[in-house]
Formats: sequence, C-alpha cells, structure tokens
Amino acid sequence: MTAGNAAGNRAGHNARQIDGPPGDQIAVRRSGRRGSWILLTLWLAPLIFLGAFYFYPLAGILSASFARREGNLLSPFLAALTSTSVRSIFAFTVYQAVLSTLLTLLIGLPGAYLIARYDFPGKALLRALTGVPFVLPTLVVGAAFTALLGPAGWINQALMRLFHLSQPPIDFMYTLAAILLAHIFYNTTIVLRMVGDFWSHLDPRLGQAAEMLGATPMQVLRKVTLPLLAPAVAAAALLVFIFDFTSFGVILVLGGPRFATLEVEIYNQTVSLFNLPLAAVLALIQLFFTLLLTIVYTRLAARVTRPLSLRPQRFTLRRLTTIRQRLLAAAYIGLLVLLLVAPLIALAARSVTRVESSTRLPPGQSDQGITGATAQRGGFTLDYYRELNINRRQSLFFTPPATAIGISLLYASATVLMSLALGIPAAWALARSETSWANRAMDPLLMLPLGTSAVTLGLGFIITLSHPPLNMIGSPWLVPLAHTLVAFPFVVRSLTPALRSIRPRLRQAAAVLGANPLRVFRSIDLPLAGRAVLVAATFAFTISLGEFGATAVLARPEYPTVPVAIYRLLGQPGALNYGQALALSTILMAVAMTSMLVIERMRIADVGEF
Amino acid sequence: MCSRKYVWLPLIIFLLSACAAPAQTSSAPRTLTVMTHDSFAVSEPVIRAFEQANNVKVTILPSGDAGTALNKAILAKNNPIADVLYGVDNTFLSRALNEDIYQAYASPGLANIPNTFKLDPQNRALPVDYGDVCLNYDKAYFSSKNLAAPQSLEDLLKPEYKSLTVVENPATSSPGLAFLLATIGHFGEDKYLDYWRGLRTNDVRVVNDWNTAYYTEYTRAGGTRPIVVSYSSSPVFELIEAEQPKDGTPAPQLSEPPTAAVVSDGSCFRQIEFVGILKGTKNQDLAQKWIDFMLSPTFQEDMPLQMYVFPVNSGAKLNDTFTKYLINPQITAGVDPQAIADNREAWIQAWTEAVLR
Repeated sequence: MTAGNAAGNRAGHNARQIDGPPGDQIAVRRSGRRGSWILLTLWLAPLIFLGAFYFYPLAGILSASFARREGNLLSPFLAALTSTSVRSIFAFTVYQAVLSTLLTLLIGLPGAYLIARYDFPGKALLRALTGVPFVLPTLVVGAAFTALLGPAGWINQALMRLFHLSQPPIDFMYTLAAILLAHIFYNTTIVLRMVGDFWSHLDPRLGQAAEMLGATPMQVLRKVTLPLLAPAVAAAALLVFIFDFTSFGVILVLGGPRFATLEVEIYNQTVSLFNLPLAAVLALIQLFFTLLLTIVYTRLAARVTRPLSLRPQRFTLRRLTTIRQRLLAAAYIGLLVLLLVAPLIALAARSVTRVESSTRLPPGQSDQGITGATAQRGGFTLDYYRELNINRRQSLFFTPPATAIGISLLYASATVLMSLALGIPAAWALARSETSWANRAMDPLLMLPLGTSAVTLGLGFIITLSHPPLNMIGSPWLVPLAHTLVAFPFVVRSLTPALRSIRPRLRQAAAVLGANPLRVFRSIDLPLAGRAVLVAATFAFTISLGEFGATAVLARPEYPTVPVAIYRLLGQPGALNYGQALALSTILMAVAMTSMLVIERMRIADVGEF
Repeated sequence: MCSRKYVWLPLIIFLLSACAAPAQTSSAPRTLTVMTHDSFAVSEPVIRAFEQANNVKVTILPSGDAGTALNKAILAKNNPIADVLYGVDNTFLSRALNEDIYQAYASPGLANIPNTFKLDPQNRALPVDYGDVCLNYDKAYFSSKNLAAPQSLEDLLKPEYKSLTVVENPATSSPGLAFLLATIGHFGEDKYLDYWRGLRTNDVRVVNDWNTAYYTEYTRAGGTRPIVVSYSSSPVFELIEAEQPKDGTPAPQLSEPPTAAVVSDGSCFRQIEFVGILKGTKNQDLAQKWIDFMLSPTFQEDMPLQMYVFPVNSGAKLNDTFTKYLINPQITAGVDPQAIADNREAWIQAWTEAVLR
C-alpha cells in the first residue's frame, strides 16, 4: 500500500511538497513491537462490543434462518441469485443510492465550503437546522413533504392559483424524485459536518500560495483543495451511500409500493412471506456489498490521506466581502433552506393548524351533524400541544412529553458516551498505522453494522440476547447499545481523517520528550482533533435521538423515546391524535436543534487552545 | 485538566451497572411476560387490579407489528422470551398454529364468546377482539361535490369515482391484506384480480401503510382521496377523537361522525386477534389467569378506547357513543381460514403483479 503513496498522483505530489517533507509519510508507517501491542489494546473494547452486540446476534439469526431452509445450504443462494426480481431490486437499490449520494454531495460540498471558510450571521443556526432532519421519523417527514409538495400542498396550490391551473402541476409523491429529495433532506448534514469541519482546519495558505504562483481558482480547487479534502469527502460519501443503500422508511413512505430496496424486500420476505432463508441471503448480499465498498474506501482513504498542518479555525475564517460573494452565499443558503428547512417549517406549521374540518354541509343535507362551527379547518390552534399532557384514558403507557424528552436525552447521552469511548480508541488505532494487520482487518468491519438489515439484526437480538450468557431482553441498556452500534461507525469515520492528518512529528516530539502514549493522545491528538470529536458527538447524539426501529422493539413500553411516542400517536385514528403526533415531532425538532446549538458551544478543545 | 478525568466516571458506572444482574428477592411478586404487537394498550387501573389480585408483575414486551412479533415468538420457540403472545390475527393464525408455538387452554371465558370467533378448535389460540376492515369515506367531500357516496365495492369502478380511492399494500399493511381478502371473499378467487385491474384503471392509489393512507392521502387530513381503506369503527373514533378545545373558544364540536364506513354485505373483512400461552412457559398458572383476564368483561370493555378494537365477549358492554354510532357490517366477506393459510403468499404475489407492476 505504500507504493501508492510513494508514487503518488500529481495532485498528491504537489500537496506534499507544499505541506512538508516526505519524511512524515514514512514515519507514520513504522510501528514497532510496542506499537502493535498498543493497537491490540485499543481494539479490545470495540472488538468485545461488536462481538457481543453485533456478530453474536447476526450469527444467531443467520444460522436460525438457514436451519429453516428446504434443500441444501446452497439452494436459497441459488434461488436468490437466479431470481430476476431480486436482481432488479438489487439494481434499483444501487441505482437510487448512487444517484442520492451524488446529489447529496453536489448540494453538500458548496455548503461545506461556505461553512468552513466564511463567517456570516446565523451560521450556527443554519448548521443546527440542517442537522434536524436526521432525528425526524420518516412517517412525519412524509407528512411534511406532502404538506409542501403533495397535490394539495402549498407549492402546488400556489402554482395553481398563480397560473390558473385546474390540476396540481407537480406530481411529486411516490416518485423516484421524492426518494432522492428525502435522501438529500436526511443526509446533507453528513457532508456539511464531516467535510465542513475538516475543511475549516485546512490551511488556506496552501491555496493562496498556489494562486500566487498563477493558478486559477479552478486549478486550486482541483489540484490543491480537493486532493487534500479527499479523505473527508470519501468518508462522508461512504456513510451517505450506505444510508441510502439500506434505506427503508423513506422508500416505504415516500416511494410507495412500486419501489423496493433490498431492505424493503428483506422485510417483505421476513414478515409478509416468512421466507427466512431468502431473507437471510438478501441480508448477506447487502452486507457483502457494504463490506466490498468499505474495503475499497479503506484502501483509497489510506492512499489519499497525508499529514497536514491543521490550522485553528479562527485563522481560516473569512468574511463575505464582495457583493458577488454575498449574492452567491445568499443564493446557496436559499437553496439549502428550501431543501432542508422548508419541510421542517411545513411540519411545525401543520402542528398548530386545525386538521378538523368544520365545513357546514350544504342545505338539504343533514346539517344537524355539526354545531357551533366557527373554528375553521386551517385555523390556528395550540390544542395539540395542550393535549399531549393529558392522559384522558388512564392509559398504562401514557407518557407526558417532558418525560419522553427526558428519556430520549438520557439514551442519547449514554450513546454519546459509549460511542466515543469505543470510537476514540478505534479511530486512534486506525490513525496510528495503515499497514498493521489489525487495522486492515478491523477497519472494514466497523462499517458492517450500518450495512446490516435492521429487520434481520432485530430478530437476531431476540434469539441470542434472551438467554445466558447475555440475558438482556427488557434491559434498558439495550437501547443505547443498539444506538451505539449505529453511531460507532460515524464516530470512527468523523475522527479518523482528522487524527490521520496530524503530523506524526508532533507525536514523535512529544514521545521523545518523555510523554507516554496516553499523554501524547491527550496533549497532541485531542486538542488537534477537538472539532472532529464534537462532530462525532453530534452525530451520535442525533442518531440516538431520532432512532426508531430498534428503539420500538427494545425499549420498555413504559419508557418510550419521543419517536416511539410519535409512532404510537400516528397509529391511532382521529384528528386529535394526528395533531398530537405533529406537535410532538415539532417538539423533537426543537429539542434536537437546542441540543446541537449547545454541543456547538461545548468546544472540547479547538486547535486554538493548543 | 483535572476535570477531564471524571468525564469517564459516568461511563464506568454505566457499564458496571449494565453488567450487574438484577437481584431477585423471594418475597417479590412473580413476573408474567406478555409479548404483543406495538399497538397494545390498556388502562392502568385495569392492569393494576389484575396484578394485585394475583400478586404478579406484568411485563409487556412490544415486539414490532403483528407479523414481526409472531416471527420473534417462532424463532425463540425453544427458549421462550415470554409466557403469553397476544396479537396474532386470523391472517397470521395459520403460521402460528403450523409452527406449534402455543399450548392449548380451554379458558372458562370461552363460554361467552360466539363460535364464529373460535377459529382454532383445539383452543391453542383464543379470540380476544375483532375489527372490521371496510372502506371509509369523507362525508363532506361527497356532499360538497354533490356526488353520491359509495355503497359497495363495485361502486369504486364507476367513472365518477376515478382517482378517489386510496388503499394499503397487502404485503406491508394488515388492513391492506384484510381488504384484499374482502375482495377475494366477495368476488371469488377467480374474479378478484379482474376487480383489482378495474380499480387500477380507475386510478386507485396504493400506499404502504395505514398512516400514510389515512393521514396523508385521505381528504380528512388534507389529501386528495375521499375514500380510504380503514375500519368500520374509524368514523366513531373520528367523533371521539375530535378536537375538544379547552381554551374557551366555540368548538367545532361534532355531534355525528364526519366520515362513514361502507358496510354493505360482503364488503368488509373481519380481523380477529388471538391470544395463546407460549409452549415452554414456566408460569403456566399465571398465564392461564392472564388469558381468563383478557376474556373477562373488565378487560374486554377497556379495549375499544385503548386499542380501537371490539370485544368478542358478548357479555361486555360498549360505551354509549359506540352503541349510538357504530355501524358494523351484518355480513362480512367470508374466506376460509384454511384457504388463507394455503394461499396467503400466492394471493399477495398475484395482487402485486396485477396492481403494482
């Protein structure tokens, strides 16, 4: 693997010359006996965690599924591989994931640049707002998009009025476009955060030097900035792709029944058709593809990462000075608001709008049905919020919103702590050496939980964690553990590019001066990667706050999280329940946004403090 | 610097307490674990009374939708994680019985339950409640357009009802499957696909779940479809769950359901939900008491307002609103449970081919 680095592509070569002597490159790959012991120690906790809560349940469900097969072990594989419908589902899964990822990068990268390089009013708010979609349940997002773009949605209504049309001009729901837009809506924040934060620490003097030497801005972007950003972009793209590739709720709610991804088909085969062997094969295909992609990524990331002089953010930020800059920034922010924030506003607006129609029936019809009809459908109301605190039916599982928020925050905090405790050692181990066999074996494995079918793994939890040695069913710890499984890869992917980019000479110098590895980490790595730790924490927090699938199954019904409480309300008829579900979703958005603004302020240690 | 050390403290406490097994004292009440689908609900006083009377702590284990919960019970068959499974309905019953997860129990409560609900003669699965899946329509829409409301399944094929109907996908939704079964019972196994092709020509909309159909597509919630597949009871719940503003403003109080169900003969499918004792339970006595309790009038009368389903016990009394407004179908579409067991997958696949592809 060193060959790729030694030869280097042109851009890489340029970058290295600007940045530092090649000595850095070689030093990073030299790890002695002591080094490999440290690596093994670092991997111990993540390995135990993944072994107990991922591989053990997965092996359990796969063996139970294949035990139900007819014929030999190969027959379900043959059935899946020869089936044309499986092939077309796989093709569609990859197709929509590639499209979604490219579009998300297209929308996200300019935003990452804007956030990384410029200071402008409302920046913190914009960052927090763009992270909110991550926590919203798909059913609610479906409702928000309908309110915005559905046949009776605001945009169609406005267009019809404006151009005197008799039919809504935009046919949006249940199309590929709806799926793509929802994926962009959910995942742009990954690009904004992962790439934006890495970018903000890149030394702008590299680009400035190139410009001084006569490079055009395009050349600077292509030959200097993008190659340096590559590790962060690749990490973000990988996460976005895996999220889109395993998409379930978005496809069901916004794509409708005509579209199916592998994950949707796994659900169908498992629940509706009870063909567990086929479901297991599909889950393995999904897993294998994720693994393949991650291996490609790991090889690529090792090649493109190079040590840099990361700079404190306050030295890299500029103001928008020229009119052209301001106009471009405003146009881009407008687009972002339209794509990511408008659905949120639509949702919040619906939660204070009366759903109940009180139209009087026309004369001749029985009009005694409706009395005192003064409040109009569409009128303003806070009833849904008030009702949230009332347990009219003395229901056993009634939970006031404050309690549900408390439970959600508790689980989210536990997830942050656990995923950082596991993710920091793992990322640090990965950053120390790229050639060690331990790293090369572990790195691709870390992403597997994200690429695993939630339907399959959920069944695995039930059959393996319900009896000794790990009897945990009903334990409140299962929820944050399951959330950590999803958050852990995010933490590792956010941290590794930053840690890898730290010049090894700094660590070496510290070591020479007598610092032990822990001290080196605390005094060199943590301050330099402080922002990345924050980004990782934010991801872990929002993932836990919004997670529904695992929580619904693992959480005790008397301790529901906010998303679980929302789904409970959505399962019941009547305007009051629906209104309450939207009100609770709005509260969830507010909680997510406040939390993210708070996390933003908790600068663990920015480079500036170094 | 010093404070940084303590960042790890809560984590260590957290992990330690996660490892510690919960201590059990001998005087504590025994625990009964009831596995259900996510929609299970009960009033607190009702369940507390049962717990006190039997010195038991009831743990409810919601395990996903009905199909997922059943799958879990089947996969954990050798190592049951619960004593009782509630929520398997007549579309999934054959799977539960074929997998042999229940043990028989002839509860005395069965005496008050009409035979039409008892689909398992061996009493491994005992009926608890029912709900009729029917077409619903938005009264205001039809009166404002001066259009007659639909009265039968056949009506949906009429040109004036083009683009007015939304149904759920039978592969992903339980009312969706129930409605497919209604059309099979009504039109027969050889004709139902023709009906669905006709619906497709008339621009029926298919969505994946009841929520999207009822809360996004239905005109009541601002959608464009005034006809939706839901339950015969949904109109009454529209009335009961209507907004009741408490801010003193004159309320748009409804005194009659704003929607109605199409309940003509053979146009609805009756979903019956069952409970059974899981084989391998170590609390058989308690499990039997729980089943007796679920079939008793106390629990049965609590169900309608908690779970939106209706009692099978003919001794259970219904709330006044229901007796006044609930209109149930006289004759539901009949599909032989054995035929459902044999053809479930084939019907869903044939439907998918005819309607979605």
